[in-house]
Amino acid sequence: MRFLALVFVNLRRHKLRALIGVAGISFGVAAMLTILSIVNGAIGMFERILAVDSHSLVFERNVSDLFFSSVTNNQVGELRGMELVESAQPLLFGLVSSPGHPIITCFGVEGDNPRLAKAKWRFGRPEDFGKIPNAIWLGTRAADFLKAETGRKIAVGAGEFVVGGIFSTENGFEDGGVFLPLADAQKFFHREGIASVVAIKLRDQAKAAEFARAVAEKFPGLLALENREFNQSYTQFQILNFTAWAVGICAFLLGGLGVANTMLLSVFSRIREIAVLRVCGFSPGQVSGLIFGEATVIALAGLAVGFALGFAALFALGHAPQFHGYVQAVVKPAMIGGIVATSLFTAVAGAIYPARFASRIQPAEALRYE
Amino acid sequence: MNEKLSAPVGRVPSPGEAPFSRGEGTSPTPELLIFARGLSKSYDAGRVRVLDGVSLEVMPGEMVALLGSSGSGKSTLLHLLGGLDLPDAGELTVCGLDPRDEAHRLQLRRKHLGFVFQLHNLIPDLTVQENLRVPALAAGAPHAATLARIHELAESVGIGHRLQHRIQDISGGERQRTAICRALMNSPQLLLADEPTGSLDEETGDTVFNLLRHLVKTRGIAVVLATHERRYAEQCDRFLRVRHGRIETT
Repeated sequence: MRFLALVFVNLRRHKLRALIGVAGISFGVAAMLTILSIVNGAIGMFERILAVDSHSLVFERNVSDLFFSSVTNNQVGELRGMELVESAQPLLFGLVSSPGHPIITCFGVEGDNPRLAKAKWRFGRPEDFGKIPNAIWLGTRAADFLKAETGRKIAVGAGEFVVGGIFSTENGFEDGGVFLPLADAQKFFHREGIASVVAIKLRDQAKAAEFARAVAEKFPGLLALENREFNQSYTQFQILNFTAWAVGICAFLLGGLGVANTMLLSVFSRIREIAVLRVCGFSPGQVSGLIFGEATVIALAGLAVGFALGFAALFALGHAPQFHGYVQAVVKPAMIGGIVATSLFTAVAGAIYPARFASRIQPAEALRYE
Repeated sequence: MNEKLSAPVGRVPSPGEAPFSRGEGTSPTPELLIFARGLSKSYDAGRVRVLDGVSLEVMPGEMVALLGSSGSGKSTLLHLLGGLDLPDAGELTVCGLDPRDEAHRLQLRRKHLGFVFQLHNLIPDLTVQENLRVPALAAGAPHAATLARIHELAESVGIGHRLQHRIQDISGGERQRTAICRALMNSPQLLLADEPTGSLDEETGDTVFNLLRHLVKTRGIAVVLATHERRYAEQCDRFLRVRHGRIETT
């Protein structure tokens, strides 16, 4: 028998109590994994929308959300005329509704946007984009939930549009969204002559900083960022990440209380036994080690169960038709590391008071305890 | 009884540990295993005086009984001798160490003392062998030596065939024999036994007492035995009557 056997014997003895502790941690792990993965996936999808065949993004300075950013057609033209720029693709973001579907993302793009050529077309052809009057193009999932077919009309907002084509881009947001030619989208959203953001492909990617300086000089109201810089600094991404961690940590705090409760009950129910260990030569540190050991085992079991639950939930959410493909979970190694560290920290923190209590048990007094 | 009982215990003396020799006087001398002078202990903020100026000396290999009724203070005295509780006043040295010092207490429990209680106080759900490993685990003893020691002790008290049984699956007598083995695991110089036969029927109690006495004599271990049964006290080398927190008769 090793020291660990003493750790396990108590967990074995009070299976239900141990399971409650494990459940507390596992729900925290599952919640954190699910939330963080979904948020990371959503951020990743949004990043990919912006980064198709581009190196930098140009948008209005000091806006909290790209939906509110305005870059004029004239500015787009001037950007295209810059020597460093190979191509500039304006995008207009908007939200539309259809009966039964109150929020659908709408992308206003020009006909030569590279994402159209790269997409897998279920119906229609990329060359026809913008050439069919009063037409709208749909992502495959949007087509599915709108029950749309090529050539037939669907209701979007106050009007009706002919379905000009259906395509898949392997991006949940785009697949669940609708596409309008840029000019039609500007008119639809009453933002004539405006784009939300301009995706820039440079002739030489190494000159991104030089391009950013040139944009700052020429357009004081605009900001140019490399895609990587944008992903790191975009406030919405930061808020999403922060919220995800905050919710996850709250879930863990509840788990930690569960562990603290489990460990306290564990200590209170065997005060006499702990006294006997002290009589047999266990030091206060060894007794504390026993309690921390139990908490660590509970945390490890909670991690295993929590990861299993979390991945199962992600699989189910990713395949649920109600989410229209918006859930594309991305699990990062750093996230797993953070969850493991938080889980162990929570369990150990929850065991501090019980361990302190156990290590201070006076053998003579405890042996009188019934 | 098994012949292995006659084997020497073979404990390696601690660094700086003096060999024992008989001495005289009222101050602790190296040969005394227990030196206690004027030990007092009260509970409930001094309102309940349990021990009142108790003095006691025990030599190596000596079997001393503390005879008294329930509440006389004999268990409290054992607790003080074993460092399980601290005296309010008096001098106390056990195996050359001061039980009032935390480090000394730990050293006492790991190397010099073994406890046997009225209720065996074994850990349920562990096997006999696992229970016997507990003191060795605390002391960080090597695995192989510990296993050999467990087998030797278990065979010597007749529970060798029970090593893999869980505590709840063995009899009361076997549990107490297991408790005695556990107390002897780290080859102590001194055994403190608090009513070890108190929870057993007469026949099993006699068996356990005889076993204890035999182990003590063959292994040269000193024993302080708290008991309320005169027949056991009379079989010890000497007995002290404890009454109202004082030692009355030697």
